[in-house]
Amino acid sequence: MNPAYSVIFFTTASGAGYGAIVWLVVLALLGIVPLTPALGASVFVVSLALITAGLLSSTFHLGHPERAWRALSQWRSSWLSREGVAALATYIPILVFAVGSLFFSAHNNIWIWFGLIAAGLCLVTVGCTGMIYASLRAIPRWSTPLVVPLYIAFAMSTGAVLVIAIASIFWATPGILAWFTAVITLAAWMLKIAYWRQIDTAKPVATAESATGLGVIGKVRLLESPHNSENYVMREMGYTIARKHAARLRKIALVVGGIATALALVIAGLLPAPYAIATSFVALICAATGILIERWLFFAEARHAASLYYGASEV
Amino acid sequence: MTSLPTSNDGRKLGLVIDLDICVGCHACAVNCKEWNTGGHSAPLTDENPYGADPQGVWFNRVHSFEAGDGDSGRTVHFPRSCLHCDEPACVTVCPTGASYKRESDGIVLVNADTCIGCKLCSWACPYGAREYDYADGVMKKCTMCIDRIENQHLPPEDRLPACVSTCPASARHFGDLGDPNSDVSLLVAERGGYDLMPEMGMQPVNKYLPPRASTRHDLETPASPPEAIPASTDTGSDFLNWVDRMLTR
Ligand code: SF4
Ligand code: SF4
Repeated sequence: MNPAYSVIFFTTASGAGYGAIVWLVVLALLGIVPLTPALGASVFVVSLALITAGLLSSTFHLGHPERAWRALSQWRSSWLSREGVAALATYIPILVFAVGSLFFSAHNNIWIWFGLIAAGLCLVTVGCTGMIYASLRAIPRWSTPLVVPLYIAFAMSTGAVLVIAIASIFWATPGILAWFTAVITLAAWMLKIAYWRQIDTAKPVATAESATGLGVIGKVRLLESPHNSENYVMREMGYTIARKHAARLRKIALVVGGIATALALVIAGLLPAPYAIATSFVALICAATGILIERWLFFAEARHAASLYYGASEV
Repeated sequence: MTSLPTSNDGRKLGLVIDLDICVGCHACAVNCKEWNTGGHSAPLTDENPYGADPQGVWFNRVHSFEAGDGDSGRTVHFPRSCLHCDEPACVTVCPTGASYKRESDGIVLVNADTCIGCKLCSWACPYGAREYDYADGVMKKCTMCIDRIENQHLPPEDRLPACVSTCPASARHFGDLGDPNSDVSLLVAERGGYDLMPEMGMQPVNKYLPPRASTRHDLETPASPPEAIPASTDTGSDFLNWVDRMLTR
């Protein structure tokens, strides 16, 4: 599948934003981090900016962005529609929780309930994003049970790194929290390794033989394409990446997004507050780089069944 | 509404494509393009049509495959278009309701006035049957020529999809595949018509008829030596050749 930058940015940026809000609610609930107005406001502003920028960027690739509101109508059948509805609905409890916890600074009463609703809806929204991909049977590498957990795991891990980085500015990062985030980051990447292993060893779901029904005669090969230039289907669905490049990019993503991020977080947890700022931001940059490569690969490595009509032998 | 129709009167209009007969002439694809660029989903925009890298929207494309090896190998021409599936994921993923399946006859259509051009339907279709129109910003696909098959201004014999009416080899058939006694259903039953990629679960309505078993005799050892080629009677002169032909008639 063609890795469209607007969708890569949308899924990674909004994922981190939603993850950060969930962590903020958890921290407020447990009272681990003193939710000073400055820290709380910073996390809310950055998260909402990431979510909003992501949502806007996802409308850039539409043919008719001015009709985007129509996408809210088919929530009964469409995961894309459900994602839109969930994304908009999530704003309400987030804003109520933000206002309540910042201006009334009461964490243990009514406001925390809005926080819990906000956290729940954040997870639902990220889950809907995952389901958009996981529900597409035409793309076997997406249509697996690991895709939704992966989207949620990366939203939570990148969101946690974001909270740590912001908190470090306010000297408010207990070391244990940075270490915990390192563990979450590594866990998300372990899940990704499991996914890679799964798609590498999975049996092909469809073949050129089943796509044409000509397998009874023998092995099927494309002799002539219908036309000599690229069409929409080949451009959008025919994108392929050489195994060699994919393997290299997987390693880079894992080392930068997983190992380097976790290391920087461990070090940040050991350093006194002022010094933890730099390492926390190194972790943030590593996490962002890793997730962008991961998401690019998620698209680039996925093969669409329609490519069987254009020369692929199996998907 | 992109939820699938829960009831219909059993009508499933669709195509039956005979891979034994198709000669790969692309006439169906060309006539489809010609009709539909003025039809329900018009226009089928072409970009850079006379340039080095032309692109454009087509509803129907003819691929050519090789199947098998050696003497049993075959070249099979393979027209491919929307199969108007019974369980079309392209419809249920659509967030706007622009994609829909008609309750009355199962034809799958796109409403160009409400489509936002998100392209998700084209991702959901395993058959690559939907093509995005970059100029119009909306998705386009085979309409089963609803503006021909129901067109009271056309003589009844022309109320067929453009691809079916134009096929010079009669490799394409149109009819109600929901009626087990229709001509197309009988043809499918007789010839062992099949679904493309049934593992995708889309339950396509269109059916393909397999190429018949090979009847090539030239692979068998000839029973008698080939007939001697008659000696040339060329006299070297056009006039004398003409006289010769006249006299030997
Ligand atoms: S062939 Fe593709 S576009 Fe046509 S109905 Fe089936 S899934 Fe939808
Ligand atoms: S491109 Fe149009 S028809 Fe296709 S899913 Fe999006 S809104 Fe629906």
